[in-house]
Amino acid sequence: MRHIISILLENEAGALSRVAGLFSARGYNIESLTVAPTEDGTLSRITLVTRGPDEIIEQITKQLNKLIDVVKLVDLTEGDHIEREMMMIKTRVTGEGRDEVKRLTEIFRGRIIDVTDTTYTVELTGSASKLDAFIKALNVPILETVRSGVAGIARGEKSLHV
Amino acid sequence: MKLSGGEILVQFLHDEGVEYLFGYPGGAVLHIYDAIYKQDKVKHILVRHEQGATHAADGYARATGKPGVVLVTSGPGATNAVTGIATAYMDSIPMVVITGQVATQYIGSDAFQEVDAVGITRPCVKHNFLVKRVEDLAITLKKAFYVATTGRPGPVVVDVPKDVTAPNVKIDYEYPGSVTMRSYNPVEKGHPKQIRQAADIILSAKQPMIYTGGGVLLSDAAEELIEFTHCLGYPITSTLMGLGAYPATDPQFLGMLGMHGTYEANMAMHECDVLIAIGARFDDRVTGDTEKFCPQAKIIHIDIDPSSISKNVKVHVPIVGNVKTVLTDINAVLKEKNSKPDKEALDKWWQQIKVWQKEDCLQYDRKSKLIKPQFVLEKLYEVTKGDAYITSDVGQHQMFAAQFYKFDKPRRWINSGGLGTMGFGLPAAMGVQLAFPGAPVACITGEASIQMCIQELSTCMQYMLPIKVVNLNNRYMGMVRQWQELMYESRYSHSYMDALPDFVKLAEAYGHVGVQITDPKDVEPALKEAFTKYKDRLVFLDFITDQSENVYPMIKTGQGHHEMYLASQRGRGLA
Repeated sequence: MRHIISILLENEAGALSRVAGLFSARGYNIESLTVAPTEDGTLSRITLVTRGPDEIIEQITKQLNKLIDVVKLVDLTEGDHIEREMMMIKTRVTGEGRDEVKRLTEIFRGRIIDVTDTTYTVELTGSASKLDAFIKALNVPILETVRSGVAGIARGEKSLHV
Repeated sequence: MKLSGGEILVQFLHDEGVEYLFGYPGGAVLHIYDAIYKQDKVKHILVRHEQGATHAADGYARATGKPGVVLVTSGPGATNAVTGIATAYMDSIPMVVITGQVATQYIGSDAFQEVDAVGITRPCVKHNFLVKRVEDLAITLKKAFYVATTGRPGPVVVDVPKDVTAPNVKIDYEYPGSVTMRSYNPVEKGHPKQIRQAADIILSAKQPMIYTGGGVLLSDAAEELIEFTHCLGYPITSTLMGLGAYPATDPQFLGMLGMHGTYEANMAMHECDVLIAIGARFDDRVTGDTEKFCPQAKIIHIDIDPSSISKNVKVHVPIVGNVKTVLTDINAVLKEKNSKPDKEALDKWWQQIKVWQKEDCLQYDRKSKLIKPQFVLEKLYEVTKGDAYITSDVGQHQMFAAQFYKFDKPRRWINSGGLGTMGFGLPAAMGVQLAFPGAPVACITGEASIQMCIQELSTCMQYMLPIKVVNLNNRYMGMVRQWQELMYESRYSHSYMDALPDFVKLAEAYGHVGVQITDPKDVEPALKEAFTKYKDRLVFLDFITDQSENVYPMIKTGQGHHEMYLASQRGRGLA
């Protein structure tokens, strides 16, 4: 099962490496990981996507909670939530391909944010699976894919804060 | 009071109640050592290798329950300390290790004696800190002691760059009496609902078993455990780490369990219908194959660390909390309840256990012309009247000590259980002896282990520590040889200790007393002499033991508690 774990972390030097080190030391996998400051300067938020059977996910959340720098965490996939990921993808496009990529971008509600004679760079936001679907649908050469990793938030009143 | 960083560090340790600081000087900590020189409140113990400092602090912590404190320099000082830090981490021992660091402006420049101490120690500490400003020093040290000693204890490293301790920068110092951390709030009390549910299951048991670990000792819950066990009349076993929490001479105690546990303890584990795990973590050396572990048992697990629960073995009733507090609460609930354990079922269960006990699984050849290691341990137990502090290294001698020295009191059995660190015994004994100057302290070791930290014999001389080194010298890395005999068709690859030193002369060279014993009849007199005539001296007792002796019972990897090999089966399809 795929899980999205949202973590509030002390904004201290080395805090991120404690989280990353935990995953490598205990052999858990990380599908994606994003880190950025929050509105509170002393806290960072990590959104982490991992996969594993329930026992492993339980261990992951317990081990994360055990880290002194982890203030709070929640497994977003346990409830209703919204997930988003941003992607910038640079494609080689010439001739008919240019129209096709433009159409495809519109269908996926993306934007072309940079254009040259031979390339389009498309910006696209959505769930990870939507971004995957876009990549699959493209039948022009891809020069570069840059994905932000998943960010997520719970629906409704629920929120993860101190 | 205006103090420099170095002075703050030393003053803080005094204010925190630190008695001994185990350390070794070097460039990055010279300011601190200068501050140590100018005071006499915190006593510094100069070791001969930083590994020795960490093990000594660790031994001190295990014997006293107070945190062990270490001071080492940057670079190699820090890396040498890592083995001792990891040893303490695996056994949840409270320790604060202060490592020097190059000055802040040189960090990251590959400066002389620079290593990323925080990075290197990260996976083997409970937490670590890098102090970048002298203003943060006292509060960071306070946090370090707080984290190390509360919740599930563990070692904490504080990395202090040289400029932070510089003598020319003086700031106001006040001892921070307490500290709160929003991200760290260890649970103390167990959930009342879980406790009541556990009490019901405990009382409904027909074939109960109590399995205890180091957590009982760490939370000083021996008294509560004894009350709990006596009140129920249930059989009890202990892990290697928990020995001494429950008196080994009590009839309800079945001995240690696990890979080299007793037949009766392991069989009772296998057959029990309710297992009460207290401050133990279902280590692989205890469980054997987890698929075959306690197949019929409902498992109750009391532990302060939620991540220990259902990690290796799925448990039915978890209780997260301090063992002492939880046991107090359970004892109260059991008293309130009118129901008692099922006496008839329990009598039947004890009859079965008595049958297992008849197997006499710790038997060995008492008529042997060679010194049997078990015999030395039995005699040591008699001579010290079971009242010594026993430290141990790692290997066969460690298992023999656990099997044959019957620990009746907590914090008397000091060994490296989780990490299995050879070289632990002697420096750990130094920490114990410093904590209890008049007490008998013996280090059980082998000729392989002792050589891993033998330089500390010099430290023992400097501080006149009258440790008795019981060297079970079989000219082999005994446990390696045993595995090679049983699993590699006796191909003894590099397990032979060749070119051994003359330990008697070696001990004498360090200024101690050395004795070699080759005849079983000399074992007891030699031990007696060590504890009487040479009471105030370190005595190195070099027992030349039977090279072929193995530790039994034994559960091999991938097998269950009921699949033990016994001494009587040796040579009969054992490989």
